[in-house]
Amino acid sequence: MALEARLAPRAAPAVLGRPRRRDPGAWLAYIALAAGTVAVAFPFYWMIVTALKSPIDLFDLRLVPSHPTLGNFTEVLTRTQFPRWFGNSLVVALITTLSVAFFDSLVGYTLAKLRFPGRGLIFVMILATLMIPTEMLVIPWYIMSSAFGWINTYWGIMFPGLISAFGIFLIRQFMSGVPDELLDAGRIDGVSEFGLYWRIALPQIKPAMAALCIFTFLGNWNAFLWPLIVIQTAHMRTLPVGIALFSGEAGSAWHLIMASSALAVLPVLAVFAVLQRQIIEGVTLTGLRG
Amino acid sequence: MPGLQLGTRRALWAYAFLLVPLAFFLAIRVAPAVSSLYISLHEWNVISPEKPFVGLRNFVTLSRDPKFAQAAVNTVRYVLAGIPVQLALGLAVAMLLRRINRFRGVFRALYFLPFVTPIVAASWVWQWMYSEQFGPLNQILVALGLPAQPFLRSPTQALYGVTAMVVWQYLGFQVVIFLAGLEAIPRAYYEAAQVDGASGWYLFRHITVPLLNPTLVFSAVYSTIVYLQLFTQVLNMTFGDQGGPLAGTLTMVLYVYQLGFQRFKMGEAAAATAVLFVAILAITLLQMRVLSRPVEY
Repeated sequence: MALEARLAPRAAPAVLGRPRRRDPGAWLAYIALAAGTVAVAFPFYWMIVTALKSPIDLFDLRLVPSHPTLGNFTEVLTRTQFPRWFGNSLVVALITTLSVAFFDSLVGYTLAKLRFPGRGLIFVMILATLMIPTEMLVIPWYIMSSAFGWINTYWGIMFPGLISAFGIFLIRQFMSGVPDELLDAGRIDGVSEFGLYWRIALPQIKPAMAALCIFTFLGNWNAFLWPLIVIQTAHMRTLPVGIALFSGEAGSAWHLIMASSALAVLPVLAVFAVLQRQIIEGVTLTGLRG
Repeated sequence: MPGLQLGTRRALWAYAFLLVPLAFFLAIRVAPAVSSLYISLHEWNVISPEKPFVGLRNFVTLSRDPKFAQAAVNTVRYVLAGIPVQLALGLAVAMLLRRINRFRGVFRALYFLPFVTPIVAASWVWQWMYSEQFGPLNQILVALGLPAQPFLRSPTQALYGVTAMVVWQYLGFQVVIFLAGLEAIPRAYYEAAQVDGASGWYLFRHITVPLLNPTLVFSAVYSTIVYLQLFTQVLNMTFGDQGGPLAGTLTMVLYVYQLGFQRFKMGEAAAATAVLFVAILAITLLQMRVLSRPVEY
């Protein structure tokens, strides 16, 4: 018992994440984490190193290029429609994000804060659509887009994602936490029903809205299956479709493939570096609620 | 009377707010889902104007299609190979992060990086890393005196090569989810057990794991659904030889894409998506039941 009593306080901090200064376990943890980081970061390193290699050095297996060059980047930017693809992705992702942010928060607010017949049914119906996998919908979407002339247009790329059922579910949870007294006070002051949502409820859930916007943007920036189907000409391609088809045609010109990958990855990493905390905390916020 | 009018007015506002979104869900989710089932019962070739009703024939054709069977088996392999590794590594990294005080945020961000990296670009980087003659992975193997491997060019190794990339991509996400789950376990449980002389493995086995159960259920269900729908990584990592050597990396979704949009057999493709839909539904429900055993404390 005496032995346990002496051991316990020493063991406790380790488990609870507060190691003492000379805790050897913490040092092992640092070493293991650093080793894992090297493995996780290596693909980025390899991408950039290859993108900087001149074609002659491509199959030189050294880890640092002997004649680093930015020529691959200029070649990708001038020989392909990369800038256009980047712009297409930006347009599609931004408009989709704005649409999702507006409609999802409006529906989430309505379902959480307004009382009306059919509220429960409508909520369950929207949730049930989450069970339908995208793959099941792309064939009808394609047939629909052909019939309406939406193939190879921005609208055609965007329309499936303009409202998100998951986002509605998420925002409804957060809207439930907005106090009714706040809305009633607004009603007494003569605020319109739309104003109650827009001016009173919406500012209360800013962190959730930020998370929703970030993940909607990332999801659409990355979207591949549907854009691949609906886009038919090179100048309408989004970045993922453009890179995939360019890389497929580039054969073994890996210096160009890696340069195009790097051009797609680096802006995202720059944004991540700035918004890192919000993005990671957004996962916790949305993941646990969902 | 005024109260009723007020309530009615508010209900009308609610319907006005819901009008566009409900129309959207009906037109873009519900109707296409029904339409997909309808198409699966027809011989539906985009080019041909005739689209005759064929009953369950597309499903029968699929059940006898060796490539569809392989896609289904491969999909199960992805799930079985990837998810245990992803959960184990995720939990290990999360627990390591809780043992350190400094640089915790930096490490967390570095592990999270692949999750925000554009998937298409990352897939091509991994394809290049797996290169048989010029890839760094084989360089490392050779430096260690081991034989070079074909990786993505091998019918048996390619699937695990893709799985490794997917685990890499989702590890950081998994770590963040586990960190939140671990944070939610009250310290009092550990302290009480330690007073009783418990430590190390016993604490992990009897406190951490059972109390982390909701997080484990969420992670397992979420990642199973992700793995069942693998497409982008597979298409891009085995681009030249779509679906890998001897269809070794072929997934259900990639096969749907090939059937519907390269061979224009939309009826069969729609039937395959119906099978996928049922599989996702069934596995989700099953996993919920198996993993959500109640914990008594």
